[in-house]
Amino acid sequence: MEPAEAQEGPSLLSDAERLRFEQLVLPHLDSAHNLARWLLRSESDAQDVTQEAMLRALRFFPGFHGGDPRAWLLKIVRNASYTWLESHRRVELSEEFDEERHGEPAASPEAQAIASAERDRLREAMEQLSTRFREVLVLRELEGCSYKEIAEITAVPLGTVMSSLARARRRLQQILIGPAREETPHEL
Amino acid sequence: MSCETAESLLHGYLDGELDVVGAVEFERHAQACPVCTRELEAQQSLRARLRDADLYVPAPPSLRRTIRERVEPPPAESAASAPRRGRWRWLAAAAALTLLATAPWLVLRDTRRGTAEGTLAAAALDAHLRSLQLGHQSDVVSTDAHTVKPWFEGKLSYAPPVVDLATEGFPLIGGRLDVVEGRTVAALVYARRKHILSVFVWPAEGAPETAPRSDARQGYGWIQWSHSGMQYWVVSDVAPAELEQLARLLRR
Repeated sequence: MEPAEAQEGPSLLSDAERLRFEQLVLPHLDSAHNLARWLLRSESDAQDVTQEAMLRALRFFPGFHGGDPRAWLLKIVRNASYTWLESHRRVELSEEFDEERHGEPAASPEAQAIASAERDRLREAMEQLSTRFREVLVLRELEGCSYKEIAEITAVPLGTVMSSLARARRRLQQILIGPAREETPHEL
Repeated sequence: MSCETAESLLHGYLDGELDVVGAVEFERHAQACPVCTRELEAQQSLRARLRDADLYVPAPPSLRRTIRERVEPPPAESAASAPRRGRWRWLAAAAALTLLATAPWLVLRDTRRGTAEGTLAAAALDAHLRSLQLGHQSDVVSTDAHTVKPWFEGKLSYAPPVVDLATEGFPLIGGRLDVVEGRTVAALVYARRKHILSVFVWPAEGAPETAPRSDARQGYGWIQWSHSGMQYWVVSDVAPAELEQLARLLRR
């Protein structure tokens, strides 16, 4: 496990190392934020966790010896996100449907009309997925990670990435088809 | 191949993660099996919907600023140390700041959805589409890197690296000169199954090494990075994972 000390870390890096960090790791800030945003489903939490993860990455940077800097950073972001979720009791580690989320009261008719926009619909469907399913889809579809990278980031065997993706996609399809069935019968 | 096997391979196929043999076997099965074909189409359309919905949430500028400030050396420390050493540290910090201000990726990151990178991406995409529309992908048609590379000699002020990646599933088809945002650049043409990939190469104007960045628009994906002083832009309609794969191969 990573040491938890926060403040003095950054000053231990030499200027050359810091510059290397800026060149290798900082360019993946968008990826870090995107992953945290989808895991936490909250913009303000995502910003806190991203910031914490970037500082943690800076502190552990001397231990980074080559390899894929994005995967390395995303692993740290993922760990930070899960730690945050656990301490806020919001993590659902099972792969089941997220009842808590789904059980929220339905939005107003106007809001529903707006939400029928494709983008909102997909975003909502993604947010209804369990954290595990969501993360694998975000890494694959939004981040374009290879199976090998996903295995590295999520600490699962390479052989299970494909089946997790298959199940996550199937679940997403079910969610998407569900509420739309009455209005648009699937004829094709 | 049974439907059961095909179903388990479908996602690997969709993601471009099967080896050549697996991919060929899957395709052969899918051609004869309407159920698996339908499932593949459903998955492709789900992927297209996710891509078109633009669900990626980049870091807001305020967060970028905060993090950049925290990453930079703390100025308080230099005041505490001996004056002479302090001055050096301050100078080093100033130098780092200057570098930061001019580091090209910073410009790119800050304008991710805006000017610099977006304009280049649009220009590279245009060049790729132009070549497809005109049916003019290659000025020199050859699968031999040793034929394509010398062809650029005398046509450009630099020698683009040319490798054939046929054994990795990206056969080299040829090369041409193209124009991206007013620059004359080398365009290498690779194939992936029936898809064409354009690889634009020109000398890096900023940092000699930058990590790959990818994005997509209008159904075409691109990935760009700098490597050994050369800037690379790859544009194609293949799956994002395949773009990444080619990028990895070219960076070896």
